[in-house]
Amino acid sequence: MPSVATLAFDYVPALPEIVLLVSACAVLMIDLFVPEPRRHVSYWLTLLSVAATASAILYVFHNTPVRTFGNMFVADAFGDVLNFLTCLTVILMLVYSRGYLAARGLFRGETFVLAMFALLGMMVMISANHFLTLYLGLELMSLSLYALVALHRESGTAVEAAMKYFVLGALASGLLLYGMSMIYGATGTLEINRVTTIIFGGHANRTILIFGLVFVVSAIAFKLGAVPYHMWVPDVYQGAPTAITLFIGTAPEFAAFAFMTRMLVGSLAAVAFDWQGMLIVLSLLSMIVGNVIAISQSNVKRMLAYSAIANMGFMLMGFLAANVNGYSAAMFYVVTYVMSSLAGFGLVLLLSRAGFEAENLDDFKGLNQRSPWYAFLMLLAMFSLAGVPPTVGFYAKFAVIEAAVDVGLVWLAVVAVLASLIGAFYYVRIVKLMYFDDPVDKAPLAARSDMQVLLSLNGLSLLFFGIFPQQLMGMCVVALTRSY
Amino acid sequence: MGGFDLSLLSQPTLSHYLVLGAILFAISVIGIFLNRRNVIIMLMAIELMLLAVNLNFIAFSYYLDDTAGQIFVFFILTVAAAESAIGLAILVLLFRSVGSIDVEDLRTLRG
Amino acid sequence: MLQLYFPVLLFILVGIGLGLIMLALGSLVSPNRPDPEKLSPYECGFEAFEDARMKFDVRYYLIAILFILFDLEIAFLFPWAVVLPEIGIFGFWSMMIFLAILIVGFIYEWKKGALEWE
Repeated sequence: MPSVATLAFDYVPALPEIVLLVSACAVLMIDLFVPEPRRHVSYWLTLLSVAATASAILYVFHNTPVRTFGNMFVADAFGDVLNFLTCLTVILMLVYSRGYLAARGLFRGETFVLAMFALLGMMVMISANHFLTLYLGLELMSLSLYALVALHRESGTAVEAAMKYFVLGALASGLLLYGMSMIYGATGTLEINRVTTIIFGGHANRTILIFGLVFVVSAIAFKLGAVPYHMWVPDVYQGAPTAITLFIGTAPEFAAFAFMTRMLVGSLAAVAFDWQGMLIVLSLLSMIVGNVIAISQSNVKRMLAYSAIANMGFMLMGFLAANVNGYSAAMFYVVTYVMSSLAGFGLVLLLSRAGFEAENLDDFKGLNQRSPWYAFLMLLAMFSLAGVPPTVGFYAKFAVIEAAVDVGLVWLAVVAVLASLIGAFYYVRIVKLMYFDDPVDKAPLAARSDMQVLLSLNGLSLLFFGIFPQQLMGMCVVALTRSY
Repeated sequence: MGGFDLSLLSQPTLSHYLVLGAILFAISVIGIFLNRRNVIIMLMAIELMLLAVNLNFIAFSYYLDDTAGQIFVFFILTVAAAESAIGLAILVLLFRSVGSIDVEDLRTLRG
Repeated sequence: MLQLYFPVLLFILVGIGLGLIMLALGSLVSPNRPDPEKLSPYECGFEAFEDARMKFDVRYYLIAILFILFDLEIAFLFPWAVVLPEIGIFGFWSMMIFLAILIVGFIYEWKKGALEWE
């Protein structure tokens, strides 16, 4: 503990978070005084704030880890890369969902401000070097997301989804806190990097530590949506307004990945053998259950929810290799999953309009006749989620399977390949509906030009990084090796 | 005070607190999973869960002679209040749209 | 160890005793002229006799929720006030930033009309 009389911290590493906090408060205040017809002022201010935050991250970019605020906050390459990608994801989410939100009376200051606070929570989580910071970031993110789901008050399903999300999310926080209290009891510290030192020094009570670890891994599995802690995922994805589903299904994945890395690699690396076993079970169950149940879904949002569960299983397979290769493969997997998922949900949003939710598989019938370009983008997104070459999803699956084989888990790799073959069925079914069936819904597809441009870039990036994955993979490896 | 031995009662050790915390935690988890009646009881179970955690933190904090655990408890208390505020707000919305707060009635979304 | 709690026991006994004495004195000394209105139970804001599990106005919930949120900063303010001389100007401004963020929330709810009863 530093002497309290000389408290003074270096604020620069937290500059992006400070920028975001100040601008979120400012947008909240400005929105109160903006008359209804000029609501887009808040929207543009929000985009501007998130873009400013992203630039601040580039400005302060850290090649070596810097710890500040009494060792509670860490800024390193890993955190900066994930923070930046999270900001980009939020910008894309705002642009994609504009039309959808406006058609449902959700184009309001509250939506933007809650999205910004959720983003702030994610960034705090990503930059946490203390259990308290991690917990506060997690809660700031989760509470904002519960409110975002419930914001569509007229929709009974949205409110029901919010309640389920809330109860299970709160349960997950409870498990996390219980695990943290046990780790605190075993090691006597709450600082993430000191926990490692103490465990390696052999000064920790191993029984209590492993007991706590079980709870922490359960909480991580809850947040990732891994089987058997996946119950909330399909209900929330289906019940929430699609724009919010897009948000929940993308940006928080970065935060959950950072949460897992900070806890398991940053503080509990010494007991890697113990969490490896737990992650093998989670990964195996998620890949099988996610892919098999997704086949029987007729609702696209629910199908993508099971796809998310299965994809998190693949990601965990890379992570449980417990070496830098494995972590980088898992990070690469998360990045590409979020890119594909953004494109997929973006197209679901594009097909929806006022009073109509494009959420059934039939709504995709004959998309090729209505718009060959959007059908092609959806094809890329589906192929990438399924892991079909030459999209980036193929390389991501290849990397995690390779990481698992490297540590001798050949049987798990075989199961993964089989699971992805089963999974390919339901992705290809959408492609078949788009190209070989006649359209049921013949309404013209209208989208703002900024959304068209970004969605096209998003879709094409899946192809581009599929052919040239080295840069992106290199970024993940460098971010991890410079931080851990 | 009297001639009989009260040392078992008068010397609560760390494990007493941990066992109490574990019991409270288990009660709250059961309250969430086995409760088929009322959403408000779930919210109460969540609060109980956080209190069980607080008890753990305070016991460890005293045992380790380290204030960080107690400070954590302050933050958990505050966040728990924010959490229950959001929970109650969603509950009010739920009652308006579904017309009941029975857990059994939360079944539009399944499959 | 248990002996240390003796003052607490004493306090409980004195509390009970004092309460009983006051009640007894009241019933012995005061004039006693009952009528139906005086004997009926009274609760502020509600009818005296109806189903206890009635629905009540959702606005009570709103007030309660807002109260919980703004009541709890005392958990931080009180320890802060106690150690303020030691944490100096840094501690002072940290709390001012915290309160400023709270005030942003307060202005929001005020402008949105959450504090109006009607």
